Parts: sequence; C-alpha cells; structure tokens
Amino acid sequence: MSFPWARHYQPVNPVMRFFDEKLPLPRFVYNAVGAGYPVPRNLNYFWNFGVLAGFCLVLQIVTGVVLAMHYASNANVAFESVEHIMRDVNWGWLMRYAHANGASFFFVVIYIHIARGMFYSSYKAPREMIWLIGVVIFLLLMATAFMGYVLPWGQMSFWGAKVITGLFSAIPLVGEPLQIWLLGGYAPDNAALNRFFSLHFLLPFVIAGCVILHIWALHIPGSSNPTGIEVKDESDTVPFHPYYTAKDGFGLGVFLLIYLAVVFFGPNMLGHPDNYIPANPLSTPAHIVPEWYFWPFYAILRAFTGDLTIPFLGVALLPAKLLGVLAMFAAILVWFFLPWLDRSPVRSGHYRPLFRKFFWFGLLPCMALLFYCGGAPAEEPYVMLSQLATAYYFAHFLVILPIVSSIEKPEPLPFSITEAVLGHGANDKEVVKGEYAEPVAV
Amino acid sequence: MIRLAGILIGLFFVGCVLLWSFVPGVATVLGQGSFVEPTAEHEFHRDPKHVSFQHDGAFGTWDIGQLQRGFKVYKEVCSACHSLKLVSFRNLAQLGYSEGQVKAEAASWQVPGVDPVTGEAASRPAAPTDYFPSPYPNDVAARAANNNAIPPDLSLITKARHHGPAYVYSLLTGYQPPEPELLAEFPDAAPGEGLYHNPYFANLNIAMAPPLAADGQVEFDDGTVSTVDQMAKDVAAFLTWTAEPTLVKRKQTGWPVLGFLLFATVLAWFAKRSVWASAKPSKRHD
Repeated sequence: MSFPWARHYQPVNPVMRFFDEKLPLPRFVYNAVGAGYPVPRNLNYFWNFGVLAGFCLVLQIVTGVVLAMHYASNANVAFESVEHIMRDVNWGWLMRYAHANGASFFFVVIYIHIARGMFYSSYKAPREMIWLIGVVIFLLLMATAFMGYVLPWGQMSFWGAKVITGLFSAIPLVGEPLQIWLLGGYAPDNAALNRFFSLHFLLPFVIAGCVILHIWALHIPGSSNPTGIEVKDESDTVPFHPYYTAKDGFGLGVFLLIYLAVVFFGPNMLGHPDNYIPANPLSTPAHIVPEWYFWPFYAILRAFTGDLTIPFLGVALLPAKLLGVLAMFAAILVWFFLPWLDRSPVRSGHYRPLFRKFFWFGLLPCMALLFYCGGAPAEEPYVMLSQLATAYYFAHFLVILPIVSSIEKPEPLPFSITEAVLGHGANDKEVVKGEYAEPVAV
Repeated sequence: MIRLAGILIGLFFVGCVLLWSFVPGVATVLGQGSFVEPTAEHEFHRDPKHVSFQHDGAFGTWDIGQLQRGFKVYKEVCSACHSLKLVSFRNLAQLGYSEGQVKAEAASWQVPGVDPVTGEAASRPAAPTDYFPSPYPNDVAARAANNNAIPPDLSLITKARHHGPAYVYSLLTGYQPPEPELLAEFPDAAPGEGLYHNPYFANLNIAMAPPLAADGQVEFDDGTVSTVDQMAKDVAAFLTWTAEPTLVKRKQTGWPVLGFLLFATVLAWFAKRSVWASAKPSKRHD
C-alpha cells in the first residue's frame, strides 16, 4: 500500500504500546497523516486544500450540531428560532455566522481543490477512484448545502426550495408525482422543512464516510504532485509529519484569517437580503437566486431558453426546461468521465502546452462568466453570455479535452521529483540532459 | 468509445444552447434594438443615497444618543403602522436605559392579554419581557388600513434590503413628485390613488404616505434639531440596532480573534520554515 521506505510505527510510551496492541488506532493515524505516510516533497500550496476541506467539514459539523440544539424545524417558528439564536442564545450569532459562512468557504476550498485536480490531471490513472469518490462528495455537499439554506425559512429558502424541487417536475411522466413525493406536498411546507432538516443533519456524516474512502483510496498510490511524475525513490518524498503538518498548519492559519475576517466583519456579504424576510408563499421575490456557490450551475440551467424543435415542422422534441435540467446535471456528471476523456500520457498541466492554454484562457474565464451570469437577473445580456459560456463548458470537457489530449505534444518531463526540486543543478546538468521520465500509460 | 459518445453528447448540448437558445435570443435583441425592454423601474429607480453612521466600518460603535432618538421616531411615527416583533422591551436596556426606565417604557404600551377575573380578551400594560405589540390585530386589518399593502415588520428591515440603513434613510427622505421625463416616457408610472412616488422604492410607487412630513415632527430629548434628514438618519440607525443588536459586539470580538490568529499564523510560518530547512533535497543517488 505504501512505499517500501515508509516508516513503521514504534510506540515508545507504554500506554501507546498497550493501545496499539489491542486496537492499532495510533498506527492507523500514524500511517494516514503521520510520519508513516511518505509524500512527494514538491507539493505546492494548492495541495493544502484537501486538509482545509476536511477542516471545513469538521467546522460545519461542530457549529451545526450546536445550532441544531436551538433550532426548531417547524414552518411556523423556524424563522423566529433562527432569530432567537441570533439574539438570545449566548454566542448564537457567532455559531450561525460561522456556519453560514463556513458553507461558503467550504465551497471556495472545494472549488480550488477540484480546479487543482483538473489542472494537474490528478484524476488520471492510478488515481481514478479518488477522483470518482471526490465527485460523489461534491454532489453530497451540494445537496447538503441546498437543504441547509432552506432551514432558516426565509423568502430565498422557500423559493429556492420551490425552484430546485421544481426541476424534478421537468422529468417526463413521473416528474410531477416525483416532486410531490419529494416535498411531501404540493409546495414546500412543514413536511419538506422537516425532512430537509433531518437529511441536512444526516448527510454530513455520509460525507465524512466518503471522505474516509477518499483518503483510503489516496493512500494506495500516494499523493500526486505538481510535476505529475511518479515517486521513484526515497529522496523524492518526505514524511507527512512533520513536513506537511507544518505546511498545512500555516495554510490553515491563512485560511482562518480570511474566513474569520468575513465572519466578524461582513457576515452577510455572501448571503441574500431576501432571506431575512420570512417565507411567504404568496409573494414571489423579483429575482430568485440560489447561494453564490450554485451560480455556475444555475446559469447553465437557465441558459436553455428555447425548446428543441425540428425547424419548419414545429415538432417539439424536448422542452427547454428539461434540456436545462439535463444540462445542469450533465455539467457535473461529466466530471465522472474525466479520467477517460483526457487521453494525454502526461498529467501535469505544466508540461502540456495546449491543454494549459485551454485551462487558463478557456475553462477558468468560462467558469467566471457562469458565476457572474448565474447571480445576475435572467435578462439580456446575461442570458446570452451564459449561453456562450455553457456552450464552451460542454465543448471544453467533451470535445476539446479529448482532442487536445490526443494531438498535443507534451513538453519533456524532468527525470525525477528530486531533480525538479533541485532544478538543473550544476552537478546534474550534464547527466540529466535528454534523460526524461517515462510518461504514464492511460 | 467513451470519447466518441462524449463528443456526441457535447455537440448535442453545444448545438442546443447555441442554435435553439442563443440564436433566437440574439434575434430578439436585434429586433428590439436593446438588451432589455425599457421599463420605468430600469430607468428611474435609484440606488440608495450615501449616508454614514458611527456603527459603520470595522471599528464601528453604537451612537447611543442616536439610537435613543431613533427609538423615539419609531415610537411616535413608525409604530402607528409597523410592528417590531423580534424586539422586546428588555432589549432597550442596551440603549442605555435603566431598569426603571425600561419598566416605565414597557408599561406605556398596551399588549393583548386576558382579563384576570373573567378570562376574556383584554389588553394590559406591557412588561419588560413582552415584545413590541403589533399595531394591527391581523394581516387583513393591516391591508384594509393601508391601501391593500401590509406594512412590513421593521425588526430586520435593514438586513432584508440591499444597503439596508442607507435604503431606509433614502426611502424616508426620497419622496418627490415624479420627474416630467418619467411621465412623458411612461405615463402608466404615475402614482395611482393612494400611492406616492419614491424613486428609491423598487417599483417607484409606494403605498406609505411620507411619514416624516415636516421638520420638528418629533421633539428630541437631547436638544438635537429634528430635521426630516436627522429623523430619517436616526431611525435608520435604530433599525440597524433592531436588526442586529450584537453588531458592535461582533466587531469588537473580531479584532482580538484576528490578532491572535495573525500571531499564531506567523508562528506557524516560522515553524514551517524551520521544519523544511532540514529537508534540503539530498543528491539523487542513481
């Protein structure tokens, strides 16, 4: 499972020795995030975001459990119970702001973590399973965050729930009954609020389980690294502890500084004012928007404005709403297939000139545009921009990536991770020239 | 195979969004000559005015005198139509009132209760633990008295609107006759029966009559001249407090927390540096 030079746990303290004999939990931790896990020595700060995401999950569970002690999931009092937390519960305002902004920062961290995986093609063999579990975690995270946003039972909670569950009604034949079954009624009400609360409490623990699988799968091949070439020998790695615990500790400090600055000085910056208006089924907000982290997918959903018809015959094949729903789900499901859509034998974007250009000047601006349009009102020119960005999004993953990865000529790889870290050192220069690492077979 | 299927699915979505959605959209825009159909709200709605408060910014603190004045404006003007359901009389202690003053203030408000002898519905003077009473018994009564518009509860109003405090201030001071250009372009935008023009309100016509009509309407106890502008500013500050009584405590807690974290992060940086100093890559042994 690990490299042959991985250190073995040798308990010195008699208590730990006792423990380790009866239940090798100390050994397990030692091998997972301790000195027993050899990690490539050249990881940059983008590799901090896995640990940060784990921290966010713990933060959300801790603040969430405290909030659940004071929250009432009943449509008549849910809004007031949240305000009770804000006003009358000791430090309740801190718990709630930490939880609400914690969700936002969880998504910031996750998006950077995913983008890192895409740039360095961390999804490629032999790490496909880590990636697949990661996409499952992302889907669970979206479901959890969506249901959490419904709980305060403000205007955006109610109308967001109505719009998102309304997506299921686009499915032919079973759509309407399915929506009613999901909501436990014809519109979001007490039944929906109660089940959303129940699931919002449950899913984080499902996510925690998936995170354990994610890390388990990671420890089989070990971490990838910015060069994308495999570890060759011991000099390529350092033990996770103390090297990466120290680096992650510093990264965590920087993360907390930014996150808590928002919690204390702009806690409503990332939310929508309408959610401080109690839910009112009789009054539709002027612009229904989900939380910012759903904007790209909301933009894709709304980009499909025209029914798919056969021109001049007027035969309708697919209604616009169903197309939008399919596209929105496809936008995430396509990530499942990345390991097989990308054929390049080289992992890291640093050595893939064409792929790199499409990543920086295609995918990232496209995502930025989708973010912007998803939060904007559903009017021109935002709709047109989101349509162009949606077209690029699908073209990027399904057309450009497979073609570029098979036609581009990768730049030469360094011989080893150690050499990449040392650069072309004076002694190595002559020896190393022209001696490159083997690309991986995909 | 998977790549071929991927390319086909990709082309399907790209084709759908470009040919059936984007092209008709462009045709509509070209046909109408502008991105959006011009509406009165688009062209004549104004963003809130710029206004500053002592509680603004990372070091903001409450201006207790202003909150007390704002409370008086709420009590004498706003409370005739607007409830303040989430605020209780005991909370007024935070505005610098003594226990006795809070009790006396509460007792000057009538809240629904029951007759202790007959058990029939009656009203009684409020206690500090009571919440501010609603001016109307129910929504139907509120609608009936206000030209079919329910006056919103004000407890959270400054958090429930973009740029809340500035919005409240702008709305209260923004009543004016509709511009001639507006009426020339959109004759329908003229305020109807019982409506008042206000460019800071979302659809330009609001059912609330100008509540702060003249200077001196509320007499301030601290001698501040009660211009309409001053009253609007003070009540906006008061409503910022009702929306988030913990606002100043939050900011004051933030600084020591960030200060400690900054210190800890600097330490973590040095720790990281010293740990990694020992990891100078040894030479490759091949």
